[in-house]
Amino acid sequence: MALLKYTGVGIRGLAAAVPRNVIKNYEYTTYFPAEEVKQVVDKIGIVERRFADPHICSSDLCFAAAEKLLTDLSVPREEIDLLVFVSQTPDYRMPATSILLQHRLGLSENTIAFDLNLGCSGFIYGMSVIYAMMERSGLRRALLLDGETRSRIYSPKDRKTAFIFGDAGAAALIERDDSYGESFFSLNSDGSKEELIKINAGGYRNPTTEETLKERVVDEFGNIRSDEHGYMNGSDVFNFVISRIPADIKRVMGYSGSEVASLDYFLFHQANDFINSYLARKLKLDPEKVPATIAKFGNTSSVSIPLTMVSEMQGKLSGKKVLLSGFGVGMTWATSVIQLGDCFVSDLVEI
Amino acid sequence: MSEKFIDLFKETLEITDDSVQLDTEFRKLPQWDSLAFLSVIAMIDEEYDVVIEGNDFIKLITVADVINEIKNRS
Repeated sequence: MALLKYTGVGIRGLAAAVPRNVIKNYEYTTYFPAEEVKQVVDKIGIVERRFADPHICSSDLCFAAAEKLLTDLSVPREEIDLLVFVSQTPDYRMPATSILLQHRLGLSENTIAFDLNLGCSGFIYGMSVIYAMMERSGLRRALLLDGETRSRIYSPKDRKTAFIFGDAGAAALIERDDSYGESFFSLNSDGSKEELIKINAGGYRNPTTEETLKERVVDEFGNIRSDEHGYMNGSDVFNFVISRIPADIKRVMGYSGSEVASLDYFLFHQANDFINSYLARKLKLDPEKVPATIAKFGNTSSVSIPLTMVSEMQGKLSGKKVLLSGFGVGMTWATSVIQLGDCFVSDLVEI
Repeated sequence: MSEKFIDLFKETLEITDDSVQLDTEFRKLPQWDSLAFLSVIAMIDEEYDVVIEGNDFIKLITVADVINEIKNRS
């Protein structure tokens, strides 16, 4: 049972960046009639998303967020000893994007830097990895950078995914201090469900060929994509969520000795409004305690939790006890209960 | 339980007429689609605390089948 507890490590500050380019979902009617679009958009509750311009990568969004955060908090660059980059849309197949960001951010050659290839649970996994390393003496400060350009992954002609995903990047500054108290994590994986959300070709199992790049009709509904587009089996994902997530949340609440009433906020991965509303009802949460950005930024995978914290919770996080819950591609899922100290939140950056 | 389930089922699919009975093959209803499917799965979980996974749900044909499955699992 992968339950973890850390002491004396916490988030000092958060920043996030989104592309300027706003996609209005009700007007996203190039491939589908307006009436059908309305039906889908009403159900998923995603009104707007942000799409990065073609020259902008996940790393650029994270770089903008990190620059803003380090400047706002006047953090000397040489004090960053660890950089973890979470993404499934890296700049290159190699080298790892974290290494490029070490140089770009002007960090020292003594910086530990590596990537974590995880989706919607990734921010919480990243926090846990950093907390574990920071709990040991020797590291002063760490940067958790989390970016995605999911708009590039999915086919605009596949109605199962065309209206859901958006792009964003976030940065969290993590440090040691006795005032942070205890943090609790549950990290999980189930590779038997690899087919629920996947890009089948373009890696080393199914390398790129002329065939894998061809768009084709893939189902009886006329949805069109190639083997190098992502796909998602929405109903099985929903089944997965209802059978695993409430149980894991209750497990971590038990492990951390918290109850619904003793937690100030519940920050869920912003999947779609259908799933998020279900979770809030199922756990009987006060909507005031469940901040959301699904309507304005869509599903930004692992970035959606820190993006929601920056966009909706500036000035509201310090001293709060919050529960974080992320779930998705893998499948993987992670839950955390953290006690925040003095947590600074930068203004949202647009690039 | 049957009557209450049929009411909840109709409410979930926004059906106001009498087209839903115990022997109704629900996938043949004009209101049935993938989103209706998700809504029904969620309703069953919230009302009866029962999770019927996709692979099992596929085997259920009529409204009565669903009610029996809920009874067997609760």
